[in-house]
Amino acid sequence: MTQPLLSVENLRTYFHDETAVARSVDGVSFVVNAGETLGIVGESGCGKSVTALSILRLVQAPGRIEAGSRILFEGKDLVTLDDAGMRAIRGNRISMIFQEPMSALNPVFSVGDQVAEVARVHGTGSRKDAWNRAVEMLTLTGIPSPAERAKQYPHQLSGGMRQRVLIAMALIMNPALVIADEPTTALDVTIQAQILELLVDLRNRFGTSILMITHDLGVIAETATRVLVMYGGEIVEEAPVETLFESAHHPYTEGLMNAMPQITESRERLNVIPGTVPPPTAWPSGCRFRDRCPYSWEKCADEHPPLYQIAEGHTSRCHLAVEPERRAHPHLPLVEQIGATL
Amino acid sequence: MNADAPLFFATAARTGKKWLERDRSMVFAAILLAVIAIPCFLAPITAPYDPYELHNMVLLSDAPPSLLYPLGTDHYSRDVLSRLLYGGRLSLSIAVFATLVSVTVGTAYGAITGYAGGIVSAILERILDTLLAIPRLLLLIAIFAAWRELPIKAFVVILGLTGWYGLARLVRGQVLALKAQDFVASASALGATRTRILIRHILPNVVTPVVVAATLGVGHVILLEAGLSWLGVGIPVPEPSWGNMIQDGSQSPILSHWWIGFFPGLAIVLTVMAFNVLGDGLLRALSPRQSNK
Repeated sequence: MTQPLLSVENLRTYFHDETAVARSVDGVSFVVNAGETLGIVGESGCGKSVTALSILRLVQAPGRIEAGSRILFEGKDLVTLDDAGMRAIRGNRISMIFQEPMSALNPVFSVGDQVAEVARVHGTGSRKDAWNRAVEMLTLTGIPSPAERAKQYPHQLSGGMRQRVLIAMALIMNPALVIADEPTTALDVTIQAQILELLVDLRNRFGTSILMITHDLGVIAETATRVLVMYGGEIVEEAPVETLFESAHHPYTEGLMNAMPQITESRERLNVIPGTVPPPTAWPSGCRFRDRCPYSWEKCADEHPPLYQIAEGHTSRCHLAVEPERRAHPHLPLVEQIGATL
Repeated sequence: MNADAPLFFATAARTGKKWLERDRSMVFAAILLAVIAIPCFLAPITAPYDPYELHNMVLLSDAPPSLLYPLGTDHYSRDVLSRLLYGGRLSLSIAVFATLVSVTVGTAYGAITGYAGGIVSAILERILDTLLAIPRLLLLIAIFAAWRELPIKAFVVILGLTGWYGLARLVRGQVLALKAQDFVASASALGATRTRILIRHILPNVVTPVVVAATLGVGHVILLEAGLSWLGVGIPVPEPSWGNMIQDGSQSPILSHWWIGFFPGLAIVLTVMAFNVLGDGLLRALSPRQSNK
């Protein structure tokens, strides 16, 4: 296999305050290959956004990337790169699309200016060139009458349009990697589909890799080639997208799948995973999911599960990999049992 | 910022017209200000006499308004109208330039305080707290009483340098709020330096409150200059300013020689009121939710 585009090795991003350390990202390793879309999926608080911000080194104090973490990109370790080197990468080689298309745009500048600004920050050509390239990018993102739209201000554009502007900003320098942090969460479903289609189309056209961060398995299914499932600051399962949907191994992934409403079945209530993500200041010992898991047993409390190899390209952080027969006997998760005795 | 300047001006003119249609009090204030300020700034043309000329110390001392001297003459037989126009030019210029000094220093200080963070911000904030605790009027009286023969430029700079604390606080608050906005995170994710983010992305969003504060500030400085001149520590006589003209007026019996102090007083009241109304109107007009609708 060729050299991966991005290789994250044992990334740990901790937030320190006087009393506690929040281990938001706790030993995450993965690679992104050229031209692929890697999805990262998980609940709020699982560490997926902090992982994304860590790659661009945008984690704000008191958060910091701990020593021993490595983020290798185009032959450089981004963890130790100097600020100027990092700025030359941001927006140029790796860029980011934010979740809220309204607040991610500056209200006092026209959208064309904001797209052109990225080109000007990275110092290519004149003001006029930057403007022309911005209009070109707006055209590529499917904004109708881009030359006129470029002169308008964010509040004059619809949510879907604004998201297209953000995509134009992210892609104007033709980066190798785009990190999309919940790019469609703030949009309604029909616009969501259009934006996802646009991202896939632009990826195919420019060969850009995408790191798609979302809590929505539907988004993953439509865009990703490979998926990482995160829970408790760790990767709990990694698999090609088809494998994940056909034969998810980790009970958490299984829970996420079951929580997706199916159009073919009529249910009175949606399935949910009981309980919530534990606070990152106090991850449980052993398996971090065990209190919410319908299969957990003593071993899960005693031993932190490693990433077991399930198949080629498919790993899972669950002891069920060595005792698969236990899957046949689910029980009430611990959080439910406690609730019942109270 | 792009090449389309004519469009920009056309849009600006159109929105300007819309404000005026929506906000009659602002039109009134703007017209009032123009009526007062334009003749003052054209004083060498509009004033009927030399403001220093003593017309006739014996016959024309404290002469009431007449056809020859429309606003009367003062104790030294100088024409009140001419002095009012020249005095207005000086008072307005002082107010505008002192406010410019305040706005520049205050915006820069507030922006750095809000944006830097950490120990730098902490130190700058404590300095600001200390400065805010000094009574401005007493400080100015002390400085100007001690420094005789003060050049007017120094007077303006000192007024400006003692008037920026409130604005710095305002800007600091705005910058703190803007710093947490997604578009700032986005700009840094796209590779902008910290300085560029502050100047290109944050400060343009602070322009509205600064313009409003500056407008109100001009009115405030006019009052301050008048107060200082009246106390005899402002613009030294015989240079006319609205403040020391009132001071002149209070040297003659006020009720029988009312015109000497009344007209500069009226000019001050109308001008300051106009600036206040204009400031309020600008605040309404420049609020992002209201414009471009």
